[in-house]
Amino acid sequence: MLGLFLEDIDEGLTVDLGSYHFTRDSILKFARKYDPQPFHLSEEGGRNGPFGGLSASGWHTAAGWMKCFVEVNDAARATLQAAGKTLAELGPGPGFTNLKWLKPVFPGDTIRYSCRVTGKRDLASRPQWGIVFSMNEGVNQKGELVYSFEGKVLTARR
Amino acid sequence: MVSELLHFEDFAVGQVINLGTYAVTAAEIREFAGEFDAQPFHLDEAAGKASILGGLAASGWHVCSMLMRMIADSWLNTSASMGSNGVSEVKWLKPVFAGETLSGRVNILTKRVSSKRPEMGIFECLFELFNESGVKKTEMNAVVFMRVKAAC
Repeated sequence: MLGLFLEDIDEGLTVDLGSYHFTRDSILKFARKYDPQPFHLSEEGGRNGPFGGLSASGWHTAAGWMKCFVEVNDAARATLQAAGKTLAELGPGPGFTNLKWLKPVFPGDTIRYSCRVTGKRDLASRPQWGIVFSMNEGVNQKGELVYSFEGKVLTARR
Repeated sequence: MVSELLHFEDFAVGQVINLGTYAVTAAEIREFAGEFDAQPFHLDEAAGKASILGGLAASGWHVCSMLMRMIADSWLNTSASMGSNGVSEVKWLKPVFAGETLSGRVNILTKRVSSKRPEMGIFECLFELFNESGVKKTEMNAVVFMRVKAAC
């Protein structure tokens, strides 16, 4: 991540990923394509549903984290590249654990996302790669934690 | 209207529900990635081939979103779903490539009525996605909330 090799990523590294604004239109567009449950499709469905109003699909909240992560990652890589540093390849993620949708995300909400490195280890099956573990969060404009998950991503060794 | 929907009581532990199929296209992989996960191996065939994934592959978050669509169409939208508060684990076991057709199923592992909210039942579920050759691509353990008919 951030263009850094596994050896240069330390536990505790915390990255502010910036924020993603959820408009009514973007909530409806995502839900119509990927999560057409009544409480994600209309105000009326939302009022009659479990969240008390039209709310974003949880996978939209998750995708917003990824969008912010990729943008910050690209910017960090560009900075390193401009400084003449060798960039580490960012690999795919094998999955994640403990994803929590703690509060609904409503139209007009702005979620600020973050990523904190919680550990790393070598990958026995692929000696050129390691895995970085992270705790990731999303906080709304009222300061309420609405989203979290524990991530893993393959990261190149130097 | 609520009575037409299936409820918590209508599903049993051990029950397996077929989630139908989802055709994965290159255009959709690129569209999702362009908006949410703009990494070269999700955007470009050649970059995908050159990467550890070995081809133009869907973002893992896209795979979760496709699975969500299958779950909504095949299960939740004919049931009194109350959403979910989380996923205990997702394993992206193999990349999902353009041109593949996914099939899915959900296995109900446990069920209980919420102690705090007697109108809400809680299922723990194992969701699985396969390609047309039967190769398992993704596994998800997640909770689904559903209205209890007896409490309606």
